[in-house]
Amino acid sequence: MKKLLRTNEFYIFLILLLLCVFIQIQSGQFFTRNNIVDMLRAMIVPGIFSIGVLMVLVSGGIDVSFTAIALLSMYAATRLLMIWHYEGNVILAFIISGAIGLFLGLINAALIAFFDLPTLIVTLGTSSIFTGFMQGVLHSREISDIPKTMINFSKIDLIRVYNAKLGISSGLPAVFLILVGLIIIAWFILNYTMLGRGIYALGGDRIAAQRAGFNIIKIQFFIYSFVGFISGIAGMTRTIMMANLHPTNLMGMELTVIASVVLGGTRITGGHGTITGTMLGVALVTIMSNSLILMGIPTFWQKFFTGVLILIGTGVSAYQSMKQKNTLHGVEIDEKELEKV
Amino acid sequence: MNKQHSGELKDFMKGFNLRHLINQDSNLLRLFIMLFVVFTIMSAVKPHLFLKSDNFISMAYQFPEYGVLSIAMMLSMLTGGVDLSIVGVSNLSGILTAIMLSKMIPQDAAPGYILFMIILAVLMALAVGTLCGLFNGFVISKIGVPAILATLGSMQLFTGIALVLTNGRIVTGIPIMYSNLGNTAVWGILPVPLILYILSAIVISSLLSKTSFGLELYMMGTNPTASRFSGINNTKVTMLTYMTSGILAAVAGLIVVARTNSAKADFGTSYTLQTVLISLLGGVNPNGGFGTVAGVTVAILILQFLSSGFNMFPSISNFIKDLIWGLVLILVMVFNYYSNKYAQKRAISKRSKEFAQKTM
Repeated sequence: MKKLLRTNEFYIFLILLLLCVFIQIQSGQFFTRNNIVDMLRAMIVPGIFSIGVLMVLVSGGIDVSFTAIALLSMYAATRLLMIWHYEGNVILAFIISGAIGLFLGLINAALIAFFDLPTLIVTLGTSSIFTGFMQGVLHSREISDIPKTMINFSKIDLIRVYNAKLGISSGLPAVFLILVGLIIIAWFILNYTMLGRGIYALGGDRIAAQRAGFNIIKIQFFIYSFVGFISGIAGMTRTIMMANLHPTNLMGMELTVIASVVLGGTRITGGHGTITGTMLGVALVTIMSNSLILMGIPTFWQKFFTGVLILIGTGVSAYQSMKQKNTLHGVEIDEKELEKV
Repeated sequence: MNKQHSGELKDFMKGFNLRHLINQDSNLLRLFIMLFVVFTIMSAVKPHLFLKSDNFISMAYQFPEYGVLSIAMMLSMLTGGVDLSIVGVSNLSGILTAIMLSKMIPQDAAPGYILFMIILAVLMALAVGTLCGLFNGFVISKIGVPAILATLGSMQLFTGIALVLTNGRIVTGIPIMYSNLGNTAVWGILPVPLILYILSAIVISSLLSKTSFGLELYMMGTNPTASRFSGINNTKVTMLTYMTSGILAAVAGLIVVARTNSAKADFGTSYTLQTVLISLLGGVNPNGGFGTVAGVTVAILILQFLSSGFNMFPSISNFIKDLIWGLVLILVMVFNYYSNKYAQKRAISKRSKEFAQKTM
């Protein structure tokens, strides 16, 4: 119990609970089956992205190109299927999109691992290249007649709930299983494999990890290509959920996803972060931004509250770790005393 | 006294001496070569369009807004941080200026009164920029949030406030006297935005090279621990840096309002990454401690020449620019990697030679 109280996740969970109760009191509609299904549905795409972002942040890097990868791979994959007049299993759509994402992730990985370039700059550059390629070379446009097989898949629901009072029904699409599957895979890799240990070690202290015998280049290659793959899958998931392909609507999402992963207790300096915390962070941001209407607040306030949430969330954990640093071996060190010396 | 004064002047002029600057910094030489190559190619391919004075005048109106923002970005990157909130600050102060100018001036106001209100609005915008910057500096240095996250949050916050103030609508109705500022040129050749850019560049470059604050800023960017133990107040330097970057962002906001004759909460969101790109291209070290206003200025010109040049090819879509900018960024970084490696190797072999000679 004491251990539980000390974890970051516990506090995020508390905040999440408080937020939910607050929205429930304000609107009386939060804990309805419809709303919960809607929230889970809204979590799918940011949730998938956040798994990749978690891995990157834990390794001490940052990736801002994942939405660009998602857009380019979902667009290219859908166009390919349309050109082939493909009618078969929808799995191929995911495979192609994931493969394109993997390839684009490999470009990031090569630049980061071989040239030892700052991850923020590499991914900034490649995201500009990927969107430029999609819009300038492929002349991307909105596609509303996506292949039949994708539309059919988008109509499959895991659960369908109907609210007789409001006359609306909400469904949880089958792609939710993709999120669940990816969570399990990432959880297994991070906790039960040498690769996962390596990712944490790399983020904790790069040189120490190298001395301990971890192959940094291999680990970085895995991380960035895995993020690419996951982004490709997320893009295809988005297209299928919308039953429509809009080549710009994921843009700008990268910062919100990074923010929600950090809110979940992942340190941007590397070495710390869990899947549970990440999912709680995503839930927090998703619920907050999707519940403003329920709370009777105009949607113009959405950005404002996201900003406040990020600042408070990161501020609290930063303040804690700063305090921790000042109490070395249980001895309080006074900053002012230190400055006098 | 007189002699000393002339010495100071000489030192001051040295800062603007091209050859001196180039000798100081091989990166700047590379940038000038790039600028020259881009200029030559564009002039050779479309001489009747590119080499027109109209073209250069329109460029002089275009680049100051993101130029000033790039200098702001450079400042935060010199400390080893990054300021993602500059566009938010610029829009927020721009919107407040626009609201003040459009709501608080009656239709039949005397020119003197309008002028007074404009000055008041400009001062208020600068104050808003200062406050926003101080807020960033506080969160980064006092609370200890990494700069990228702190400014990510405050970017949302400032943009959020701007959105709430305007309900997402465009603010218009700015007095002609103010918008004239953004679209006229002094003596027919010096557009007001360009003058503001040059002023900011001079002020910031003298701040960096002539004051103790500048020295402290570079030292802290190079090694925060070392600077702290050599008696530099890192908290104060960080606060001042982000404050300056906020003020510059407000200046950019004023330019935007004057140029577009309106203000919008989500204006120029692509400028954030663009200014990072310009700073990096201009030789600013993302880990802090290295970078000059001169380098950033040449980088701005390179990108402006490139994008103005590309606009002359109707067949090339605007989006190709993104692709090319990304490529330029990555190529520059890879090139820097190799040139640093080469310089390191040379330094090591030189040292080992010296060592061998000594021991012989």
